[in-house]
Amino acid sequence: MDQDELFDIELRLLLSGINQAYGYDFTDYSEASLKRRIMHWFVNSDYATLSDAQARILRDRDAFESLLRGITVNVSEMFRDPPFFKAMRETVIPHLLTYPFVKIWHAGCATGEEAYSTAILLNEEGMAGRFRMYATDINNAVLQKARDGIFPLKEMQRYTRNYQSGGGKKSFSDYYTARYDHAIMMPALREQIVFASHNLVVDSDFGEMHLILCRNVLIYFKPTLKERVLFLFDNCLLPGGFLCIGLKESLEGRKIASRYSEVAPKMRIYRKSYG
Amino acid sequence: MDRKGNGRFRAVVIGVSTGGVEALKILLGGLQASYPLPILIVAHIASEASNGLALLLDDFCSVRVKEADELEEIVPGTAYIAPPNYHMQLERDGKITLSVDPPVNFARPSADVLFETAADAMGAGLIAVVLTGAGSDGSIGLKAVAAKGGTTVVQCPMNAVADSMPKSAAAVIKPDYVMPLERIPELLIQLAWE
Repeated sequence: MDQDELFDIELRLLLSGINQAYGYDFTDYSEASLKRRIMHWFVNSDYATLSDAQARILRDRDAFESLLRGITVNVSEMFRDPPFFKAMRETVIPHLLTYPFVKIWHAGCATGEEAYSTAILLNEEGMAGRFRMYATDINNAVLQKARDGIFPLKEMQRYTRNYQSGGGKKSFSDYYTARYDHAIMMPALREQIVFASHNLVVDSDFGEMHLILCRNVLIYFKPTLKERVLFLFDNCLLPGGFLCIGLKESLEGRKIASRYSEVAPKMRIYRKSYG
Repeated sequence: MDRKGNGRFRAVVIGVSTGGVEALKILLGGLQASYPLPILIVAHIASEASNGLALLLDDFCSVRVKEADELEEIVPGTAYIAPPNYHMQLERDGKITLSVDPPVNFARPSADVLFETAADAMGAGLIAVVLTGAGSDGSIGLKAVAAKGGTTVVQCPMNAVADSMPKSAAAVIKPDYVMPLERIPELLIQLAWE
């Protein structure tokens, strides 16, 4: 049996052990991405084999947390897919402005770049002081980074371009302070976002939402888990509320699809019916 | 049996960078619509316009060319282009998955990600091709393909617009075939019907 087949066996055993010991179930994650992430974590660890890692992980919570951080780390960008943000300004905001106050859930926010982007957009479109955003992730290490709101300065040039082509109305540099090689987001933005731990696989929703954003998170899940998460969103989204998923994701063929219509073609912005 | 025909191969994967549009026109243009294998392509083409490369090639080629969708099941006679800004992976059940994991070799999509996952999924049933390009993306992936018994093809560096991707690939392993671009369609046809 070659090393790679052994690794696959050890991987299945490890995931089963983690589920039994810690209640984190990765069986409904897409295999290719999960394996790549665990492989990446493993080659950067000191363990000789994945079985060695397992012995330690099952006994030592810190060792488990290290693995968990490695395999649940999603990346986030500011104003990724500028046409999406433009469509948000044009199709979602006019509806949100009809409410005195709106609640927004950013599910799987990772290090928070997209949550900050959305907050910037809402402020520019006249929603300042009229919204609360809950930004959640399974991974506490990335949540702390999101709370800190400090990002590499070298990314800001790209983010500025994204911001502008996404319909940005001000100068992007108004929103952060440059310090050495970092950009520190404006505290006023941070205060509008509540960062909290939440596991889409097992946790329930928390209250009624007007807008839910979950972009490029479901692509890591198998169909059964996608269905579960979409049901969770549907459960807490108010009638007339909006659901935004990634540009290469779709509600087509999903159980909740009949209650949703896509309001911006190809931008994957869906509105829940009142019926 | 989910595989098509009796051939030993089940899919072709291609990695290409600089000079990619012209190279893909020649390679895909040399295949018939009835080509019996699915083809998955990572091309580093700076294009914000999603779908642009797929539409261009689809107009030009007999095989169907489309941008890959999430959870799409791969079928023969179709070439799937990785969407800009996403990694494309092949799962063991023959479906495509996408990811926004960080760039690999400064590239997203990355040929290494496609090749490694496809090697896992298809084993000896895979043909992997590294074409013209700057950088070294695809080399590590090609090694994984060879380790799983897959067949490796590298465009002759002297014949490439940018030679570093094929050179790097041929330095990492001894490819099964090194040949000029113009001859690769013929090879792919021959292998597919083997």
